[in-house]
Amino acid sequence: MKLVTAVIKPHKLDEVRDTLSRLGVTGLTATEVKGFGRQKGHTEVYRGAEYSIDFVPKVRIDVVIDDEQVKAVVDAITTSARSGQIGDGKIFVTDVEQAIRIRTGETGSEAL
Amino acid sequence: MKFRMMHVLVVGSVLAMTLVPRIAWAQDDTLNAGDTAWMLTSSVLVLFMTIPGLSLFYAGLVRAKNVVSVMMQCFAITCMVTILWTVYGYGLAFGDGGSMNAFVGSGKLFLSGVGVDTVDGSIPESVFQMFQLTFAIITPALMVGAFAERMKFSTMMVFMALWFTVVYAPVAHWVWGGGFLGDLGVLDFAGGTVVHINAGIAALVLCIVLGKRTGYPSTPMPPNSLVLTVVGASMLWVGWFGFNAGSQLAADGVAGMAMAVTHIATATAGFTWMMMEWIGRGKPSALGIATGAVAGLVAITPASGSVGPIGALGIGFASAICCYFAAGALKRSLGYDDSLDVFGVHGVGGFVGAILTGLFTAEMFGGSGLDNGIGMQLYLQLVGAVATILYSGVLTFVIVKILDATMGLRVSSEEESGGLDIALHNERGFSL
Repeated sequence: MKLVTAVIKPHKLDEVRDTLSRLGVTGLTATEVKGFGRQKGHTEVYRGAEYSIDFVPKVRIDVVIDDEQVKAVVDAITTSARSGQIGDGKIFVTDVEQAIRIRTGETGSEAL
Repeated sequence: MKFRMMHVLVVGSVLAMTLVPRIAWAQDDTLNAGDTAWMLTSSVLVLFMTIPGLSLFYAGLVRAKNVVSVMMQCFAITCMVTILWTVYGYGLAFGDGGSMNAFVGSGKLFLSGVGVDTVDGSIPESVFQMFQLTFAIITPALMVGAFAERMKFSTMMVFMALWFTVVYAPVAHWVWGGGFLGDLGVLDFAGGTVVHINAGIAALVLCIVLGKRTGYPSTPMPPNSLVLTVVGASMLWVGWFGFNAGSQLAADGVAGMAMAVTHIATATAGFTWMMMEWIGRGKPSALGIATGAVAGLVAITPASGSVGPIGALGIGFASAICCYFAAGALKRSLGYDDSLDVFGVHGVGGFVGAILTGLFTAEMFGGSGLDNGIGMQLYLQLVGAVATILYSGVLTFVIVKILDATMGLRVSSEEESGGLDIALHNERGFSL
């Protein structure tokens, strides 16, 4: 099993969710997060006082999948979250040791 | 100070006096239902300016951890000033001070003599004192913006009680209660000097003695909600029709024109501020247009009973330009932390309005005309403004220094960084 973590632009969340659903992904976790990368932040101006906002709002998606789905899922996220502008975000893939469904006690792929 | 005032008085007695309209018909003590209805409405509108208007305007501008504290300050000032006014404040401001009447009134303790049948001009005195009370409430409340996010609530309350007693009530008497500035011919229809210059200069003194918020100006302190601020500014605009058109104390042509010029100046100032930001900084901002509108409201206040539409356009335009630089470049270059720009908008806007009243009241600009000529009237306007700046500035400084030495002005740095809402009130504004 793999954990795919994607940090994307907030307005792309619905598109990514739809694409992943079509691939058969049965669940994911989305979190509102802040951070910075090459996009840096932006400037806000209040009565002439400039504030540089270093942390940009993003949405982080965590989805755990079987190993053979990884390429399809990563491709799907890459395609649906891309705008071509700086700040589209990143995808990280990590190994997952175990997954357990709390209600039934099922483990591994059964629990996904 | 007293010598100066005596000099001013002598000059005043030599001059042909320009009397504000209400003094001219103050002898006519027959109740008029139309006037009374309008003044009941105006009193509601002016209270509406402070709560909720001003408190929302300020609540949106502070950080989320202090939103309760500024609303609480506005509300508590409203309650406390009402009690002080009832016990002795109305008498200080509008009573007959006898030999001291040029400077301060007396009597009318516990609103004695104000009954169901007492008439002042053409309205019940109960309504007159209620209308004036709402002015006494908003003037100290304006200062909340200068010391926001760092002042002790207890010291703030004591300061406001003292300031209301020794600064507001006498200055209101000078201009409206039969004191020397009104007699001299200084034009201050709805309180540009009494309310806005007075609060603006006191706010400046207070925020300088109090010191900057921790982290200012290096730490970003952006407003927590421009939604609250723009809603609050809009309420101020609406409520201000009671403030200005109500100051005629009658439902007549002067009141109608006061409403019209108030609206024109406000719209002009909001538009001007927006354009200055758009041209100077690339984007028109909601906070800018709202701040500009408030600057216009402030500046038209002393002029609203005597200028015409052309004067309103001029005052709106000039106030936006002056306040834009006061709240921006001036504040940053001098380095004081007038957190929400009380001095930059009310002090400077009030001064600009007070002076320009002397110009635009002239008939050549469509005003109601001057008895003294423009030069003399400009001088009188300056006298009124300077007398208020000196008196309010000095006494505010004395009060603040005394409280600094006795009660202490600031919350602890730990309380400040955690926010006043939890530290002083055990509450938070938002539990989202």
